[in-house]
Amino acid sequence: MATLGDYLVVSGMLFTIGFAGVMLRRNIIIIFMALELMLNAANLSLVAFSRFHSGTNGAPNYNAQVFLFFIITVAAAEVAVGLAIIVALYRLRQTTHVEDINSLKF
Amino acid sequence: MPAFLFWIFASLMLVFGAGVIINRNPVASALNLVVSFLGLAVLFISLGAYFIGIIQVLVYAGAVMVLFLFIIMLLDLRAEKLRRINWIAFGGGSAVALALFIQICCVIGRFKPASQTFPPLAKSTTDDVHQIGMLLFSNYNLPFQIIGLLVLVATIGVVVLSKRELQ
Amino acid sequence: MNFTINSLLPWYALLLPLFSAAAITLLTRRAKTLSALISVAAVLASFICSCLIFGQPDMSAPAHNWIDIRGVFTVPIGFVLDPLSKTMLLVVTGVGTLIHVYSLGYMRGEAGKSRYFAALSFFMFAMLGIVLANNFVMLFIFWELVGFTSYVLIGHWFERDVAAAAMKKAFITTRIGDFGFMLGILMVWMATGSIVFDDIVPQLSKVTSNPGYLTAAALLIFCGAVGKSAQFPLHVWLPDAMEGPTPVSALIHAATMVAAGVYMLVRVGFIIQASATALEVIAWIGTVTAVLAALMATQQDDIKRILAYSTLSQLGYMVMAVGLASNEAAMFHLFTHAFFKALLFLGAGSIIIMLHHEQNIWKMGGLAKNLTVTFFTFAVGALALIGCPPFSGFFSKDAILALAYQHNFSIFAVALFTAFLTAFYVLRLLTVVFFGKARSEVAKTSRESPLVMIGPLILLALLSLVGGAPLFAQKFLVIPHEKEFVLAVPALALIVMLLGAGLAIILYRNRQSDPLDIAIFRNRFYIDDFYSWLINCTQESLARISAFVDRWVIDAGAVGGASGGTWGVGALLRLFQIGNLQAYSFLFGLGVVALIYFTVFR
Repeated sequence: MATLGDYLVVSGMLFTIGFAGVMLRRNIIIIFMALELMLNAANLSLVAFSRFHSGTNGAPNYNAQVFLFFIITVAAAEVAVGLAIIVALYRLRQTTHVEDINSLKF
Repeated sequence: MPAFLFWIFASLMLVFGAGVIINRNPVASALNLVVSFLGLAVLFISLGAYFIGIIQVLVYAGAVMVLFLFIIMLLDLRAEKLRRINWIAFGGGSAVALALFIQICCVIGRFKPASQTFPPLAKSTTDDVHQIGMLLFSNYNLPFQIIGLLVLVATIGVVVLSKRELQ
Repeated sequence: MNFTINSLLPWYALLLPLFSAAAITLLTRRAKTLSALISVAAVLASFICSCLIFGQPDMSAPAHNWIDIRGVFTVPIGFVLDPLSKTMLLVVTGVGTLIHVYSLGYMRGEAGKSRYFAALSFFMFAMLGIVLANNFVMLFIFWELVGFTSYVLIGHWFERDVAAAAMKKAFITTRIGDFGFMLGILMVWMATGSIVFDDIVPQLSKVTSNPGYLTAAALLIFCGAVGKSAQFPLHVWLPDAMEGPTPVSALIHAATMVAAGVYMLVRVGFIIQASATALEVIAWIGTVTAVLAALMATQQDDIKRILAYSTLSQLGYMVMAVGLASNEAAMFHLFTHAFFKALLFLGAGSIIIMLHHEQNIWKMGGLAKNLTVTFFTFAVGALALIGCPPFSGFFSKDAILALAYQHNFSIFAVALFTAFLTAFYVLRLLTVVFFGKARSEVAKTSRESPLVMIGPLILLALLSLVGGAPLFAQKFLVIPHEKEFVLAVPALALIVMLLGAGLAIILYRNRQSDPLDIAIFRNRFYIDDFYSWLINCTQESLARISAFVDRWVIDAGAVGGASGGTWGVGALLRLFQIGNLQAYSFLFGLGVVALIYFTVFR
């Protein structure tokens, strides 16, 4: 039987992979996908805790799962808007290389 | 669920997650992400969160990734050409990520409940849709409405952002 | 007389000239003759008040406090009316009246006549303030006012550059002395807690317990007299002050203002006489001034300059007398000097006006025939100056010489030598100006001055004649009496006088130009040149230092440092805003790692 700690470590590993992706990849679409990985790692740990903190009536703590519902919704909306921005940016700059999108500097 | 199954699906998820960030071709990255999400959904179901697991597949793998693929195809992205790798940045980034992972492991190591297994449940969780729905529409009704508004705003925003400039 | 008029008399005497000055400045600028008459009337009224005050026995006028910080600092406006100030009042207002009348003639047709009389009235007000002051602060205020008025009057013809330079020189030089004076006043106040003369005298023991402090205070107070009475080394302004109109030279720079220094020393004699060192220093400075000025006078060619150096020399005598601890001798000489020096200056003015502003003695000559009355009065003044009996100067100078003989033989020797030089240059002046043949056209065709100018001359000549006679002078002053009468002193004085006079007559009779040419005397011992070099050097080095500080410390250091530092820090911070998304996320991650480290693992 997997312990809570196992789930959390896996969640942490997924988060780290996502974070490394944000820092190291230069294509903005890939960065965005890595961002989604990070979100899902957090989701996983939420669900693990939800199962772990079961209430007095022997059911898991559904508050966390409701929270998860909201997270997924917001993530979807965020992806939509973010990709729209990327499309607009691509129309302007004709590139998805993140080092070329650096005019917001001193 | 037996530990070995957990580890199989966990490693599936992690390997394909790594594949997302390693692949050069964006389409390949997207497809890797889909498989990773599927692994994640299995993990959710292994924890008894059936509704969430299904939602994960439906929304994330079904809608969000499809949107990603649409955009990749729209922008007609090819495999990106290899530019000169900045090894310093690479090293620094990897170091920070590694440090973060080590810290997470340490924190979890200190966390006492982490070594405990999950408590057994009195009843099964197959009616979790019902339970989540009850909570959602009674305790969390206001956030629910706001979420609806948020999605509306996101829709409008996307439409506005995607307009081509009038000639 | 009822008592209210009596007690207000000093106020009238003091304030009438002030009102006259105010009226002229504000109301009657255009009406020149009216201004002149207002001024003369005011000073005449002051003279009448002074006579009335003189007739009263010792009286005190009501005073009130101007600044009153109880227990710490109280400055009254009050008058002191002892025999000394009453006599001085008479001298100042009397000579002042005569000079005002003389100015009516001298300044006839001048464009700035109103301005001149306003300043002259203001001067009378300030000088009377000095005479009547009963405390140090009031004295100092009026001291400064007198200096200011002198500045205005010297520069009456300020369009001439020489006059403008002279007025500045006078003010700045006396100001240096006044600075020392102020420090001395502060030292006295710190020790005794009061600045009123009557209150300081009983407290004097507090100051005398510390002889070094007392000497320092006395010498600093003496600095004021060094500046105002033009002693060495601050004597340089007086000859240049001759750029002003001649009545001004007579009133201010001969009879009254320069005597204010001596008057002040007599007034605060109780402080000075408590310190033997201070007395010694004062006596020697007076002596040095006397002999230096006499040497410089022997080679000057401007009639007013000669008289100016003569004034310096006589002031040296007065200060010498103060230093020899005899206030009576100093005041006696001041009294007689006021009359004959004013007379000499007014006579010189008469000559200058009648020769159409010619001042070089080598362009005059033979004026005894043309300007007869001027000649006689001038001769009376000259004889009084050299100390010829029975004129007034003989008695007062004799008193000082006797004093020197008793106390300090070296001072006596120098003073005797100075008397010789005095006789020499005065007779040089007389011979060249009045005797012999006229050396220029303007001298040949000169006429006598009008009555308004002659009148004061005659009055002053009378006073110079009888002023020294003990019977007359006793009414006004305390005549100093030597302990034993030494015949040697007046005899030696007479001998050197005759020697000097004779030498001058022999050398200068019937000459067209000066046979002697001693450059060091003619160039005034190069003291003026030394001062201007000194000031130049100081200003040069100060300017260089300021330029250096401004360029390197302020511009490069402070301003440049601040701006450069800010720029540097900004350049450093700018590195964080490079627009590179992944750098931002790297920094973000770094921050998170650090945060977790510091919260969880520490």
